[in-house]
Amino acid sequence: MSETAPGSAPAERTDHRGDGDDRVPGGPPLLQVRNLKKHFPITGGFFQRVVGQVRAVDDVSFDVHEGEILSLVGESGCGKTTTARCVLRALDPTAGEVLFRRADGETVDVAKLRESELRPLWREMQMIFQDPFGSLNPRKNLLEIIGEPLYVQGVTSRQARMDRVAELLNLVGLRPEYMHRFPHAFSGGQRQRVVIARALALEPRLVVADEAVSALDVSVQAQILNLLLDLQRRLNLSYLFVAHDLSIVKHISHRVAVMYVGKIAELAPTDDLFRRPKHPYTSALMKAVPVADPDHRAALQGLPGEVANPADPPSGCYFHPRCPFAEERCRTETPQLRELAPGHHVSCHRAEELDLDGIGDLESGGDGAERPFGRAPAAPASADAAPPAEGPS
Amino acid sequence: MQQTPTRTDRDPDRARDADRTAAPERPGEPILSVRGLKTHFATDEGVVRAVDGVDFDLHPGEVLGIVGESGCGKSITMKSVMRLVQHPGRIVAGEIRYRRPAGDGKKAIDVDLATLRPQGRAIRRIRGGDIALIPQEPMASFSPLHSIGDQIVEAILLHQRVGRREAKRIAIEKLAEVGMPNPQQRFDAYSWQLSGGLRQRAVIALALSCNPSVLVADEPTTAIDVTTQAQVLELLKDLQRDHGSSIVFITHDLGVIAQLADHVVVMYLGRVMEQGPVRDIFHAPQHPYTRALLQSVPSLHAEPRVALPTVSGSIPHPLHRPTGCPFHPRCPDAMPGRCDVAMPAMASVDGRPPVACFLHHDQAEEDAA
Repeated sequence: MSETAPGSAPAERTDHRGDGDDRVPGGPPLLQVRNLKKHFPITGGFFQRVVGQVRAVDDVSFDVHEGEILSLVGESGCGKTTTARCVLRALDPTAGEVLFRRADGETVDVAKLRESELRPLWREMQMIFQDPFGSLNPRKNLLEIIGEPLYVQGVTSRQARMDRVAELLNLVGLRPEYMHRFPHAFSGGQRQRVVIARALALEPRLVVADEAVSALDVSVQAQILNLLLDLQRRLNLSYLFVAHDLSIVKHISHRVAVMYVGKIAELAPTDDLFRRPKHPYTSALMKAVPVADPDHRAALQGLPGEVANPADPPSGCYFHPRCPFAEERCRTETPQLRELAPGHHVSCHRAEELDLDGIGDLESGGDGAERPFGRAPAAPASADAAPPAEGPS
Repeated sequence: MQQTPTRTDRDPDRARDADRTAAPERPGEPILSVRGLKTHFATDEGVVRAVDGVDFDLHPGEVLGIVGESGCGKSITMKSVMRLVQHPGRIVAGEIRYRRPAGDGKKAIDVDLATLRPQGRAIRRIRGGDIALIPQEPMASFSPLHSIGDQIVEAILLHQRVGRREAKRIAIEKLAEVGMPNPQQRFDAYSWQLSGGLRQRAVIALALSCNPSVLVADEPTTAIDVTTQAQVLELLKDLQRDHGSSIVFITHDLGVIAQLADHVVVMYLGRVMEQGPVRDIFHAPQHPYTRALLQSVPSLHAEPRVALPTVSGSIPHPLHRPTGCPFHPRCPDAMPGRCDVAMPAMASVDGRPPVACFLHHDQAEEDAA
């Protein structure tokens, strides 16, 4: 995975805050998910017999490298959250392997560990939840909330915990004096910082972020995205980032896995995926995102029909009933995820022949060049309309 | 919307200048005029000024986008217009003038909705019949005990002088109009039998059933997936084009606003910060808050993994409103001694769209706290 995505000139490291770098971090994978399956039984009838299976995650494989941000993206019900929860063993997978390389170099299969063996492992993998209102105990102050994982893992001295909590609050951009306050005193964005501080308390190597910014207002969302990126770089963390918003995924990830009805449709380096999507579903997702520019009003292209039911998926390729390119083979034969180009995996029978639109083609010029899209930093119109805008604060 | 094809052909910069110098051409007399609207909530801890002096006009055949973050009062503004604000909320000041010429078998109406009794006959006739709502949560707008068809028929019988048979015909027609497959059979379906996208279509059919002049869409696509959202937005665009409906579109999604709205109102903490034609708002935002909003959304077309420009701080608690301009504690251009003392009035400079900011003019509001 050490190769640069083809066709993209590596950006110079000029910005001290962002790397803007297309390189996918290489090295041995920290996490290897192999053929992961999670099926939920459907019970019915008088005796609550199992009458069917919801295949929430159905044969999913991917790697997360050291220092990498891998995103799982898809619409509701695609299995992205279930996958993330299986990785942490918040759910027990039905089948498959979740191989995690521990700090001591040993590789363990998280899917098969016993409960007692999981606890030491959870020092190294942590989760950030979506809802910062539901994930903090209102009866505990920040010292107790952030200090609890420390206590559980053996930091019993109160002073040691206070020192560490102060350090963590500093790290996420909150004042250490806040440690004696309770969650209700904080706004959504601040609470999410607390959630992040708690997740980082035990110096994890893998952080699973499940829709970590979805519940936040846009002005606060940008702050948290910046914080997540900054922390990732400073602490060389790896993220498994679960999200439904393509713009955010594009912004934060090194690589992206697009999921559809429990399967990975496409997995590729971010730039590659967005510029040259190989799966019709990936392309369709991009075309459905409304562009924040009134000069580019194209008909939004939705997909016909609805997301397939994972309890009763269609035959062949799960996407075929909505796919504009479906042919006979797609109706009968289930495509496998295969490597089309180095690092670019896709599960579509027709991936080679199709020429799909990426984000470059969606711009009016069609030149594929980066355009600021009317955004104020580079938009000429904003400069003369008002006193000079402040740069990034 | 009709001008869009020709406009996009032009050079964007030139078009932008032309737009700024020309008076914004908005069709006809406003159908809805809101002036100085204030809706306050008297709670035990204090008075929440959810809407605190809002002015805007909605013109016939126009899509008006109201954009802002949570707590900015965008939903309460439109709930006030429909007189759906619940206790302890109350309209304490302002005028909501609704004017509709005669037509469609309905008499002309010219009324100040703010003066009507919230439960009275007059507002109940207008609500649903003249001004219809597409709510955010489609599951909550239908009763699970009755079929969607029966509920649409009920709305038609309430507002129109037709028999049950005719009402059923209209209901099926509306279901077909919003792209419901097999409308004859779906008439008897229950809301829980429909998928998210179809349920939202049924809600739109219900809203359209009495041929309203104004459609209020309150975050109609927030709860649904992006590919389904695209279908619903296209449907709303078609309806607007084919029927010339006036739509008030409430959302926090700038992408949706850019794609749909003709005119945009930007709100923050119960106040309008800036309003104007959609292209001015996106290409020449005047208010620092509008600029901040536009910058802080990551774009599909921007450089990845670089720090996004952010606004410092977060939205203040509604009970602890800052004095002066509500945005000044977070504003990068705030002028001490000015912005924290007086509330800037909504005023336009050099023919540009109106903005409430001292960076652009010096007019303060007299009754500012």
